[in-house]
Amino acid sequence: METLAVFLPLLGAILAGLFGFVLRDRGAVLVTSSLLTISAVLSWVLFYDVIWGTGPRTVHLLNWVSVDKFIFNWALLIDQLTVVMLVVVTTVSSVVHWYSIGYMHHDKSIPRFFAYLSFFTFFMLMLVTSDNLIQMFFGWEGVGLCSYLLIGFWFDKPSANAAAIKAFVVNRVGDFGYALGIFGVFVLFGTIQLDDIFLAASSKAEAKIIFLGIEFHAITVLCLLLFIGAMGKSAQLGLHTWLPDAMEGPTPVSALIHAATMVTAGVFMVCRLSPLFEYSETALAVVAVVGASTAFFAATVGLTQNDIKRVIAYSTCSQLGYMFFAAGLSAYGAAMFHLFTHAFFKALLFLGSGCVIHAMSDEQDMRKMGGIRKLVPITYIYMWIGSLALAGIGIPGLGGFAGFHSKDIILESAWAADSIFGYYSFWLGLIAALMTAFYSWRLLFLTFHGQARCDERTLAHVHESPAIMWVPLLVLAAGAVVAGYLGHTVFAGGGDQMRSFWGDALFMLPTHTALENAHKVPLWVKVSPLAAGLMGISIAYIFYIQNNKLPSNCAARFKPLYEISYNKWYFDELYDRIFVKPAFVIGRYLWKSGDGAVIDRLGPDGLAMVTLRFSRLVSILQTGYVYHYAFAMLIGLVGLVSWYVFSEFLR
Amino acid sequence: MNSFVDLLISLPELFLVLTAMGMMVAGVYTSAGKAYTLISNAAVLSLFGAIGLVLFAKTGTTLAFNDLFINDGFAQYIKIILLLAAALVILIGDRAVRKIKIAHFEYPILIIFATIGMMLMVSANDLMSLYVGLELQSLALYVVAALNRDSLRSSEAGLKYFVLGALSSGMLLYGCSLIYGYAGTTSFTGLETAVAGASNISLGLLTGLVFLIVGLAFKVAAVPFHMWTPDVYEGAPTPVTAFFAAAPKVASMALFVRITMGPFQGMADQWQQIIIVLSILSMVLAALAAISQTNIKRLMAYSSIGHAGYALIGLGAGTKQGTTAILIYLAIYIVMVIGTFACILCMKRKGNSVEQINDLAGLGKSHPAIAAALLLFMFSMAGIPPLAGFFGKLYIFLAAIEAELYSLAVIGVLSSVVGSFYYLRIVKVMYFDNLSDELDSVTGKRISVIISLCALTILLFFLSPSLLVDSASTAASVLFEK
Repeated sequence: METLAVFLPLLGAILAGLFGFVLRDRGAVLVTSSLLTISAVLSWVLFYDVIWGTGPRTVHLLNWVSVDKFIFNWALLIDQLTVVMLVVVTTVSSVVHWYSIGYMHHDKSIPRFFAYLSFFTFFMLMLVTSDNLIQMFFGWEGVGLCSYLLIGFWFDKPSANAAAIKAFVVNRVGDFGYALGIFGVFVLFGTIQLDDIFLAASSKAEAKIIFLGIEFHAITVLCLLLFIGAMGKSAQLGLHTWLPDAMEGPTPVSALIHAATMVTAGVFMVCRLSPLFEYSETALAVVAVVGASTAFFAATVGLTQNDIKRVIAYSTCSQLGYMFFAAGLSAYGAAMFHLFTHAFFKALLFLGSGCVIHAMSDEQDMRKMGGIRKLVPITYIYMWIGSLALAGIGIPGLGGFAGFHSKDIILESAWAADSIFGYYSFWLGLIAALMTAFYSWRLLFLTFHGQARCDERTLAHVHESPAIMWVPLLVLAAGAVVAGYLGHTVFAGGGDQMRSFWGDALFMLPTHTALENAHKVPLWVKVSPLAAGLMGISIAYIFYIQNNKLPSNCAARFKPLYEISYNKWYFDELYDRIFVKPAFVIGRYLWKSGDGAVIDRLGPDGLAMVTLRFSRLVSILQTGYVYHYAFAMLIGLVGLVSWYVFSEFLR
Repeated sequence: MNSFVDLLISLPELFLVLTAMGMMVAGVYTSAGKAYTLISNAAVLSLFGAIGLVLFAKTGTTLAFNDLFINDGFAQYIKIILLLAAALVILIGDRAVRKIKIAHFEYPILIIFATIGMMLMVSANDLMSLYVGLELQSLALYVVAALNRDSLRSSEAGLKYFVLGALSSGMLLYGCSLIYGYAGTTSFTGLETAVAGASNISLGLLTGLVFLIVGLAFKVAAVPFHMWTPDVYEGAPTPVTAFFAAAPKVASMALFVRITMGPFQGMADQWQQIIIVLSILSMVLAALAAISQTNIKRLMAYSSIGHAGYALIGLGAGTKQGTTAILIYLAIYIVMVIGTFACILCMKRKGNSVEQINDLAGLGKSHPAIAAALLLFMFSMAGIPPLAGFFGKLYIFLAAIEAELYSLAVIGVLSSVVGSFYYLRIVKVMYFDNLSDELDSVTGKRISVIISLCALTILLFFLSPSLLVDSASTAASVLFEK
């Protein structure tokens, strides 16, 4: 069953990818989507079985490498952490598959699209089920590859190609860190088998590693290297620049890869390696600070973006920040909980915005939308649900939308961590929550309310999405509504409840009590996220419904701040100046002067030219006159004879 | 000395001489229209008959005619190659000979005479018999080169070859006389003892050897004694060129081996230097010069010069392994060269032969079978595994490495890299250039069969190289068992 759940998507990808010409569009679509749905059902069964049934297990598939101590296998590690990811990945993926049937129906290469989607899902499953670091790296790189292929799916668009390359290159930076981390783990532990590493972690807690003559705390170094990998994949501050550009891909891709699954791989990895991270306070602090900063930074950028997908992309970036600082404060349960709920409501938001884009004839600029709520009521409702879940709205004490539970527990843990990093995270997270609510309703108001700002023809064409698109979204909408309420006790509840859910999958040192104490924080801390959310919504209402001159006035008044936010804190420009431009300059220099002028000229081109010149010379010697030929023969003879005469003479 | 035994030992040669004379008489008495067909068929049959006689002759080394003539495994190996090459050349040239109106019955007879000369060369055991064999071969070749009397180029080729050949014969004779003067004998057996016995090699004997080698180098077309080759190859009628590229090369190379490894073995240190120089010059110059050729026959001339250079590497090694390598190389070379020329003979447009490389454009599409065969031959000549040509080069270079001639091997490999350019260019023209005027389709069953046989030999050689390697090794060992 485990094997089936993981490999059915691969089967779908192979069938649709290699035999797409036999299956045709319809066949490819049905094969991949049904196989994924089966996989999703199996995942839910596994979820139930692992947590309330037979418990965690490892399924051995094949021996992979066995060289001296370097031994690892293809295996499926099915534990609590894995099954949570399994249900998230397969559920969202199957919804996205069905949705895409409607969204992509006018595309020219449908089998390819579905093959990529299924292929991606397979790699994602490989990543979450691996029991060693190399297999995880295999999945890690695989999802990176699929992400590249899918961002650049419309490869005739130059911007899509540029975005795909950017995503690939930026991820490479992270992957380099990850690879170094794996090497380091092998050096330190002599194994890359997860359970062996975790067993040995406590004994290596004080180990040192010497690099360039400086002594470092070994586990800190390893964790930081691995975290760089996580930062790349999860678009954390510094390595986040690829995520907004990745919106060039088709919207279902954004929902699946760049909101619900792949980008959360970094969070998953940190949680998976919690037994390692727990032994390095420094690494945890870095994770928390980077996460909190990202949450704040991305939220500020989200305030001013005009592209509907970019707003949600920055929102994703920001929410990932929440997950990271939760993990950094040892509240892994909270991080995974938010990952779980976020997958539902963020995928819902993306697919909802996909419906909007679909309805608006592929328009993505919110300034050209507005006033369409009556024309697309279902989408409108979906977007409301998603936004309510994202902003974390609920009734304290009773329950609320998904984000209400998961975001609150994160912020409460941050307060309860009772450390400087905890408070840093709490306050930044709180401000980010306010901004989140603001930009979510800004999006809603700009898109659905007010005057229609599009042209007549587009407006006339606005229509509700077909059933194949909105029906699958019911699953996500349901998740966005109830996932938080159902999960808040099991995922991140206090004491035994949570422990019995996670088993040994997550590890927390007894001294790290953030999540434990999260349930005992003062009342104002508990209420503040909700208050921040409601405040954000109110401000958005004032700005975009009551007085729609206010936004431009504000922008003019606080121009420097607005500019910073609108230009995404100038990260792209900075990187362009520091890395891209110099790289191009160096590359051009090496190409023109190094390769062209030196290597080519002295090497291949030069040799060829010299050869050709000699060849012409030899041809000229061949005059056709007999006496020239006879002369050559005599010269040769005389040369040979005199060679001997002289050598004899010298001897 | 029983003269009847002498006759038995030289039976293949005698057989050919008699049949050739018989054919001459028969040709005169047959009507002009039928003579060529009759005589060429008879010639092929008699050549195959001679092969039979060589195969079934007594093995082991035997001397005849007062030690002027030697028959041993080495000579037999070469003779089989020669006879086969001569027969195949007559077969593949059949249609072309008729087309260019040189279908005189003398043509096959001259080929046979040249072949007899070559057989005498490889069986020579005395400077005198060597010279007689060489001249018999050369005289026949001078005539066939100029066989197309109506063509200016053919006549010019014949004349050039004759004048330069006379010069080289003069050098060779002068060398023989010097050797006789300083060693006191013309017999190979006598020379061997004289050279081995001498405590100090006299400069006179050495000079004589240099002259002798120059004469032979002219025949194998080693640089700088190669200048006649491109002109003669281009000017002579194509079937004749095929013969030139195949048989005389092999015979002269065998003679080269016979002399250097036999009587002058004791002077190996001296002649090795010349051979290495000749070898390097031939390989490099041929590779360079061939690049700028546009005529495929001229290209094949330079190719044959290059191949002579590679074969000379084996000679330069001066070992049994080197000699084995030469014998293998020559056998493979003959197959490649006959196959290639068979393809060239198929190049016709509206009935007229064409010989520019550009005429091959689009051959891959218009005549896939013949293009594939030519591709095989070209790849094989360039030395691309797993084709036979690769093994030929491999054994040669191995021998050089074993003999510690590293720089020679390196230069050989490098020049074969340059050389592969012009072989691949033909492939490129055939498959990637746009079709010019389409060539005529191949006519003649015999030529198709021969092309396919050659191509298959080249292609499948790697399955069982030992067939050839073993016999070459046995043939070579004869020269070293003394």
